[in-house]
Amino acid sequence: MAANGSPKPEPMAAKKASPDLLNSSFSFKSLKLKTKQQELLLRVSILGLVYVLAFIARLFSVLRYESMIHEFDPYFNYRTTLFLTEKGFYEFWNWFDSESWYPLGRIIGGTLYPGLMVTAALIYWTLRFLRFFVHIREVCVLTAPFFASNTTLVAYFFGKEIWDTGAGLVAAALIAICPGYISRSVAGSYDNEAVAIFALLLTFYLFVKAVKTGSLSWALGSAFGYFYMVSAWGGYVFIINLVPLYVLVLLITGRYSMRLYVAYNCMYILGMLLAMQIRFVGFQHVQSGEHMAAMGVFLLMQVFYFLDWVKHQLNDTKLFQTFLRITVTSAILVGGIALGVGTASGYISPWTGRFYSLLDPTYAKDHIPIIASVSEHQPTAWSSFMFDYHILLFLFPAGLYFCFKRLSDATIFIVMYGLTSLYFAGVMVRLILVATPAVCLISAIAVSATVKNLTSLLRTKQKVPQTGSAKGVGSSKSSSKVTLDQSQPFHKNGAIALLVGVFYLLSRYAIHCTWVTSEAYSSPSIVLAARGAHGNRIIFDDYREAYYWLRQNTPTDAKVMSWWDYGYQITAMGNRTVIVDNNTWNNTHIATVGRAMSSYEDEAYDIMRSLDVNYVLVVFGGVTGYSSDDINKFLWMVRIGGGVYPVIKEPDYLVNGEFRVDKGASPKMLNCLMYKLCYYRFGELVTEYGKPTGYDRARGVEIGNKDIKLEHLEEAYTTSNWIVRIYRVKPPTNRL
Amino acid sequence: MPARNWIFAVAVALFLSLSTFSSAQDLQIVNAERRIDLSSHIVKAFLTLKVENIGKDPAADMLLAFPPTQIKNLAMVQALAVTGKKKKKTYLPLDVKPSEQPDAPNDAGYFLVSFATPLGPGEAVTLEVLYILTHSLEPFPVEITQSESQLVYYRDSAVVLSPYRIKQQTTFFKTPSTRVESFTSVEPANRAGKEIKYGAYEDRVPYSYAPVIVHFENNSPFAVVEELVREIEISHWGSLQITENYRLTHGGARHKGVFSRVEYQSRRSISGSSSFNALLAVLPPRVNSVYYRDNIGNISTSHLRTGFKKSELEFEPRYPLFGGWKATFIIGYRVPLEDYLFEAPDGRRYLNFTFGCPLVETIVNKLTLKVVLPEGSKDPSAVLPFAVNQDLQVKYSYLDIVGRTVVVLQKDNVVPTHNVPFQVYYTFKPIYMLAEPLMLVSAFFFVFVTSLAYVHIDLNIVKK
Repeated sequence: MAANGSPKPEPMAAKKASPDLLNSSFSFKSLKLKTKQQELLLRVSILGLVYVLAFIARLFSVLRYESMIHEFDPYFNYRTTLFLTEKGFYEFWNWFDSESWYPLGRIIGGTLYPGLMVTAALIYWTLRFLRFFVHIREVCVLTAPFFASNTTLVAYFFGKEIWDTGAGLVAAALIAICPGYISRSVAGSYDNEAVAIFALLLTFYLFVKAVKTGSLSWALGSAFGYFYMVSAWGGYVFIINLVPLYVLVLLITGRYSMRLYVAYNCMYILGMLLAMQIRFVGFQHVQSGEHMAAMGVFLLMQVFYFLDWVKHQLNDTKLFQTFLRITVTSAILVGGIALGVGTASGYISPWTGRFYSLLDPTYAKDHIPIIASVSEHQPTAWSSFMFDYHILLFLFPAGLYFCFKRLSDATIFIVMYGLTSLYFAGVMVRLILVATPAVCLISAIAVSATVKNLTSLLRTKQKVPQTGSAKGVGSSKSSSKVTLDQSQPFHKNGAIALLVGVFYLLSRYAIHCTWVTSEAYSSPSIVLAARGAHGNRIIFDDYREAYYWLRQNTPTDAKVMSWWDYGYQITAMGNRTVIVDNNTWNNTHIATVGRAMSSYEDEAYDIMRSLDVNYVLVVFGGVTGYSSDDINKFLWMVRIGGGVYPVIKEPDYLVNGEFRVDKGASPKMLNCLMYKLCYYRFGELVTEYGKPTGYDRARGVEIGNKDIKLEHLEEAYTTSNWIVRIYRVKPPTNRL
Repeated sequence: MPARNWIFAVAVALFLSLSTFSSAQDLQIVNAERRIDLSSHIVKAFLTLKVENIGKDPAADMLLAFPPTQIKNLAMVQALAVTGKKKKKTYLPLDVKPSEQPDAPNDAGYFLVSFATPLGPGEAVTLEVLYILTHSLEPFPVEITQSESQLVYYRDSAVVLSPYRIKQQTTFFKTPSTRVESFTSVEPANRAGKEIKYGAYEDRVPYSYAPVIVHFENNSPFAVVEELVREIEISHWGSLQITENYRLTHGGARHKGVFSRVEYQSRRSISGSSSFNALLAVLPPRVNSVYYRDNIGNISTSHLRTGFKKSELEFEPRYPLFGGWKATFIIGYRVPLEDYLFEAPDGRRYLNFTFGCPLVETIVNKLTLKVVLPEGSKDPSAVLPFAVNQDLQVKYSYLDIVGRTVVVLQKDNVVPTHNVPFQVYYTFKPIYMLAEPLMLVSAFFFVFVTSLAYVHIDLNIVKK
């Protein structure tokens, strides 16, 4: 700090200027602080560039395709946002949606996290107020990139808080293009995670700041950040468990302080009260098992405070030790009994399946097939870690090393955040997203500390020791460097080589991220693109073709049955009532659809009649070779259906444990509804030159049942590439 | 049926002819030839009349009569006076106005054609009348399957309905194919190839009527735009932005039962012959930034060919349209301003653009054309060659404060012949063009000034 020299002239200048006009003092100041201003200018412009970069790196999908909403869940979010902007907040809050989960319906206001929709609607209303008449779709499409940009700012401040400004800048740059985050925040990926990661990081940052300063205002800020997070995403449970865990660790390591007490109590109490305002959370926040840790730590905190007070009063250490033992034991005992009684009496609800499957990755596989069937709930493969983190994967341990070397309340937090989230990322693919900010921050510490050490080595050789060392580095550190430096003569060359290495790695990272973004994460998945024989791009727009056909050419009250994956899209784009959708709240209902799909046609017909189904929609990739179609998902339908209705047995659809659709397939498979609907009249078609008719390109076999007759259904529409097939359920024939 | 109806019709006609038409009786039609083109779903009738004044006073105008069933589907009536012989014919457009006659028999509708010069006693003139009927082909059977061909009824009269005596007349119906299921016979009537000839009939009294039905195959695309909203936004910064909202439907026989993709793609010639998949829009030359989308996003099946005289946008809806199927979509494009915006001699500006629907061979049931004038425009007035409903609205667009004046022109039953130029006049001060850039500049300026102020002002209460 002393080396800087700049703070010294400042009061002098101010003093000198004070008799003059105020204005002149500014000019004096600005003249004197030139290097500092340069640094500020550099910092602001880097941050500005990172901000812009984070936004534009996510626009590949808009350029490649169009400004559209991606995938499945975002369509629901888009539909609800549309509703919100058209009908207003109260209508939205009280919305009972009869277009989904027929005949049950769904209370939308009470079963969703409204943060995302309200955010988008607020942006939309602000823009309209400023006379920018944009379409709500554009707002929704660009919400995710916009919040990703904001996240980089938070990452900067967080990095600054836990290490220094350099680490903050590196963290902002790393998170701006990290594929783990981009995968969920490209333009059009209008999902809860888009704003939730921002809210998550903001909450953590404000909390760390609150712990560091002990200021009520920061704690208040973190409570509001937490409220925003709760309103946006179910992942808030991570916060409400990580923060108590962190507090607990601080307590155990003897880092209890008044600052911690203020920060945690304010954040927990206010955060809890605010979170309970979200209807979907409500009293769960004080009743469900997932939230009990926070409450326990809150009580423990009071015990600590009490003990602190007693310790202050009692000056006898021996007496205090006994008192401590008794109090802690009885507190834990009381807490344990309360928890036991609460759980036993049902007042405290047990953990949900999703939560269980996080702690025990094999749980879902055995007990809840509906969670296990979702591809993003699978355990993460090593390759996807490499794919999403690239060099961060080995910068992370280095960063941990630096964190441990300079342990503080803030670094303890980031270490805990990093380690826990990385564990969750290993359990479920989609949670890589949650770990990404921590990985980026810790890696940023590694990069920043390494580069700073190396450059300071270079500088100390050239100039008088210590002048060049940046102000952020602790004084003990730089002095130790100087001593090291003089003992090793080849240090300078080594440092240069290492610096080059670091920049090479970072540039590889940038290249990798851009490549991954453009190749893997920018596909809307609703429009499929393939390369033609001449290298030209072929667009398969069958989904929208089918949904628009439904929207225009079916009665407005028609009910469409499909596998739940397509539910949100059918209601949003087709504007028709669906039986089940991606909000998989009712397992029995989904199992009923699964049962219908895996039954013989006449059995399925009875089920469909009982559900008032008018149209059945299946997705079929046999003509185009599109592999994520309903036949490939079929075993999950069987499993989920069989989980509720034991008449459906998985082995009936397999031959020697093998799932096949050709001649060797099991008879039940060849005659179930799903098979019939997918392959109806497919046997007449030649899909590939030199292959027999009815050659399924997705599975590479000739189908086993080419002569399919439908009795109760008729083909209503098939899209141009056969990807979506819609059947009409015939009314029952008159009985004579 | 023909015989009895015929007698009835004549009886009615005779009865009607007793009612006196003072002006009507002075004219007579010497020769009438009518050619009705039934090859598309827009029925075009070309009527050649030789009119003679047999009265004592000069006649300034004459009446064209239409039965009530046709008058509501009548999209357009045009009349030309022909002078000169054979190859040296010259055509002079005449003024045609709808007209109310107090004693119109059986709710017949009238159009009044004004001659260029009053027709003196004993003089004769040849008129060519074109009238266009929409929604006049009635599918029968009403519902067809994918493999069936579409058959339609056309109802008309074998003789021309007219308040005047017609000395001699013939009517020809041209069908799109040789497949004609049946046609009412009113002797002499015969059919050759794609043509059915009624007549010649001699000396028919006023208001003669002989109903006929022609039942024939018509697989031409029955593209009906139920509603079209075209918005033309004038920007004095150099372009016209045109946005067209279509609600298209197949107006032919309703599709029944199964749609089989395998049949549709492998046996294209016999499967879905009445359906249509491709549409053609004729857009202005020098068109740019064309887009084609609908509520749920871009539609990728379109080709644009730009030319010097016109541009052609060939596009497909998301799915083929079978009878009764609907599709909605939006076409938008931009054209350079200098091609369409001019300054009138009196200092006003005017937009000269084409009315109607850019889709070829399409009926528009309801067309709303909105001309969005730049903010600050005053005194708008529209000039059109035919009657439309006019209205004024206000629209807010980017950075508008007082809003833009919108001239709304609304017309029902529009056919391609309505694609004629129209003008919208308005006054505009060029200084208004600078309003929006200045607003943006001042907003940015304000942001920078505040950040400047924020950086320099020390808000700390306690001096460090």
